[in-house]
Amino acid sequence: MKKKKTKSSAAERKKEVLANLIDFGSTLYGQMEKGDFPWIKMPSRSIDNIFYSPEFRQYILGKKAVRRSARNIRHIRPFTQLVWTAYFAHELVRHRKTSTLRDVYYSAQAYDVPFKDQPESNSIITDLETVAKYSREDFHVFPEERSAVFGDLTIEYTVPGYEGKRYNLMSHPDGVMIGPALTSAELVKTTADKLIAIEKGGLFTRFIEEQVHKKFNSLLVLTAGQAPRATRHFIHRLNRELNLPVYIFTDGDPWGMHIAMVIISGSANAAHLRDLTTPDATWSGVWATDIVDYKLPSEALTDVDIKRLYELQKDPRYDGELWQREVKQFLKIRRKAEQEAFSRYGLSYIVDKYLPAKLEEAA
Amino acid sequence: MVTFEQISPADFFYRNRDIAGFTNPARAIFSSVRELVENSLDASDQSRVPSNIYVRLSHDGEESSEEAEVYRLRVEDNGSGIPARHIPSAFGQVLFGSKYKLKQARGTFGLGGTMAILYGQITTHKPVRIASSTGTSRIYRYKMIIDIQRNRPIILDRKIQVNKDRWRGTMVEFHLEGDFSRAMPKILEYLKQTAVVTPYANLTFVDPKGRLYKFNRSTSKMPRSPKETLPHPHGVDVETVRRLIQITKCRNMIDFMKTHFHRIGERISHKFLKFAKIDEKKNPRKLEPDEIVKLVRMMKKFDGFRAPDASCLSPLGDDLLKAGILKELMPEFIAVCQRKPSTYSGHPFVVETAIAYGGKVPKKDDIVLYRFANRIPLLYDEASDVSWRIVKSINWRKYKVKPDMPVAILVHLCSTKVPYKTVGKEFIADRPEVKNEVLNGVRQVARQLQRFLSKQEYREKERRRLATFSRYLPKIAKFSTELSGKEKEPDIRKLLWSVRKFEEEKNQKLSS
Repeated sequence: MKKKKTKSSAAERKKEVLANLIDFGSTLYGQMEKGDFPWIKMPSRSIDNIFYSPEFRQYILGKKAVRRSARNIRHIRPFTQLVWTAYFAHELVRHRKTSTLRDVYYSAQAYDVPFKDQPESNSIITDLETVAKYSREDFHVFPEERSAVFGDLTIEYTVPGYEGKRYNLMSHPDGVMIGPALTSAELVKTTADKLIAIEKGGLFTRFIEEQVHKKFNSLLVLTAGQAPRATRHFIHRLNRELNLPVYIFTDGDPWGMHIAMVIISGSANAAHLRDLTTPDATWSGVWATDIVDYKLPSEALTDVDIKRLYELQKDPRYDGELWQREVKQFLKIRRKAEQEAFSRYGLSYIVDKYLPAKLEEAA
Repeated sequence: MVTFEQISPADFFYRNRDIAGFTNPARAIFSSVRELVENSLDASDQSRVPSNIYVRLSHDGEESSEEAEVYRLRVEDNGSGIPARHIPSAFGQVLFGSKYKLKQARGTFGLGGTMAILYGQITTHKPVRIASSTGTSRIYRYKMIIDIQRNRPIILDRKIQVNKDRWRGTMVEFHLEGDFSRAMPKILEYLKQTAVVTPYANLTFVDPKGRLYKFNRSTSKMPRSPKETLPHPHGVDVETVRRLIQITKCRNMIDFMKTHFHRIGERISHKFLKFAKIDEKKNPRKLEPDEIVKLVRMMKKFDGFRAPDASCLSPLGDDLLKAGILKELMPEFIAVCQRKPSTYSGHPFVVETAIAYGGKVPKKDDIVLYRFANRIPLLYDEASDVSWRIVKSINWRKYKVKPDMPVAILVHLCSTKVPYKTVGKEFIADRPEVKNEVLNGVRQVARQLQRFLSKQEYREKERRRLATFSRYLPKIAKFSTELSGKEKEPDIRKLLWSVRKFEEEKNQKLSS
């Protein structure tokens, strides 16, 4: 049985986040006390400052920085919103309350620092992420949840009312939602030796029914399409803290391929954040070559699909041999297949034949 | 068999009442009010007494057709009054009048007032009543109808009253068929615009329902009266010259030119006759018809004449124009401009323009245009008018005017001969000289509005700027304090003050 590496990662991180926010407030306070207009400097998130780092195996921000000053009439409003958001995040974390992006948007109105619209509010939260270098989930701001996890993993809650309470993620056969309570929980122990991430809910349920977790000694994560950040961070933690290798199964098309890629190498939008990627994770299928090898029922690629493939071909994250090969193969066969396509060989074929083969291939 | 007959001028206008503005029952009632009010205004301009004009439309309950009803129209003024012997002809004979001279007046043909009465008579077959006094001890009262076929009045009754109070003025009352409910908006608009351009007049109107509308004067100053003038050589035709030759007492061409034309002296007279190759000593009475034609042609060609002066015109002037606009529109901003006198084809003219912003200026999706010619509001055919085209052609964004702003532009053209495009006197033709003056006049006031709007915009921006700082900076202080766990908020008064002070300096620089 695997025990987690660090002693209490969730509690540790919470302390860091709080300290970071307090530090931010103190800096501004000090500036004002000296008789200066408060100002901050943070990395620029403009396109020309986003680079792919082979070292980190993810997108990172370059050296370009922007200075925001309350002296500037165009800055002062977003500046105030940023300070308020920091204050609000601090309150959330301190009182162990969670919130959503929509919540933040409305809460601002109570403090008379209203946002024009949701995108403005979201962008200020991203500013705070950039300044504080933590993701919004660390500030207890969560998006709508839809992804889930299942398998023999014991966690220990830290949320109010459940502190110290342990829970095994095999307890509920639909899987457990990856929400604030789960992401803030400590990972206690697991018998699993790998993690399988699945794009679609149907297949996730099939895997549970077919006892994939037992047969393959695995945890199962449903990404439900593009994996939310909380889920990506959760996968990252399972990989780091419990040393679980990660295998990702998606539809066999450019979009499924990219779902896997974002779990592995992150997105440009999150270039200012760390700990969301799992660079050692493996995309196990459905590959373009699988469509051919397994003679899967397939559909023709659309123009949009093809355009996307050409984009991916040039994307630095797709530099690897496997990726280039599969992109080329897609372009060659001009077909795509869904994970469900395996059902043509019977419901359990994917688990009995395909999965073992792919896992072996990866190992 | 073809029969030939002669018709009288009254008969002609009876048959062609459309061209004088009596197209339909609504238009007829509007035109009647307008013609009589204008006569009254002209009459008080002559007597140099600020006008008091009383207009009443009453409904006698008689109905004649579905869309028209019979109304009694009464217009009363405190003008110069009409000498007793002229009263019957002035109101009972078409094309009889006092306005054929070369000076600015509202009416020109002596047609309008009589046309209204004529229209009343042919729709109701009722006589007109007139009372007038020139301020003597007597008031003359007439009751008469017009003999249309002979173009002369038939007096039904005539009374002479003792004028105890030395009343001076004229009262006209007659019946006519009309459609008041449809004419009402135009009549009220007409009165309002008349009030704008005649700020020294008291206008009172009582409508058929007994509702009272009052437009009070805001000044008793009146514009200087126009002087009668001689024709400018550029503006005459062969017939004018032929008539002059018949009446002249001059014995040679030098004197003839000097005596009968506008602003011609010895020197210019010599120069012109030399240019025209006409013998200076020639007796004008002996000019042959082809010589007259040649003379007129040469007059048009010769460019050494002096421009006509504007003493025959009576523009309102900046003060009165302002007074009129202020009183009726109460704008936040106003600019007026009187252009220097100019001429087209020998006719002198002066353009006055004004721009008004805010207050009671109607807020439409477009700029409101008020057009006046010789102090008459022009209400119809706006889109055909030269001013409208000019206003449309201007790029208003350049002047910081946005379409939803309440902006009114006023254009007043004074001339001995207003270049109307039609007999209806509703819109002004595109004469290049006139167009230029209107364009420059409108631009001139528009630039002043632009300055006002820029200043306003700047002030508004500053106000918002300071408000932004005072709104947000305290919040930054508050949240930073709470976030950092400090007890006392930092003192940001100095910061706020620094923004303010900086701006005040800039303001001072701007205003100096």
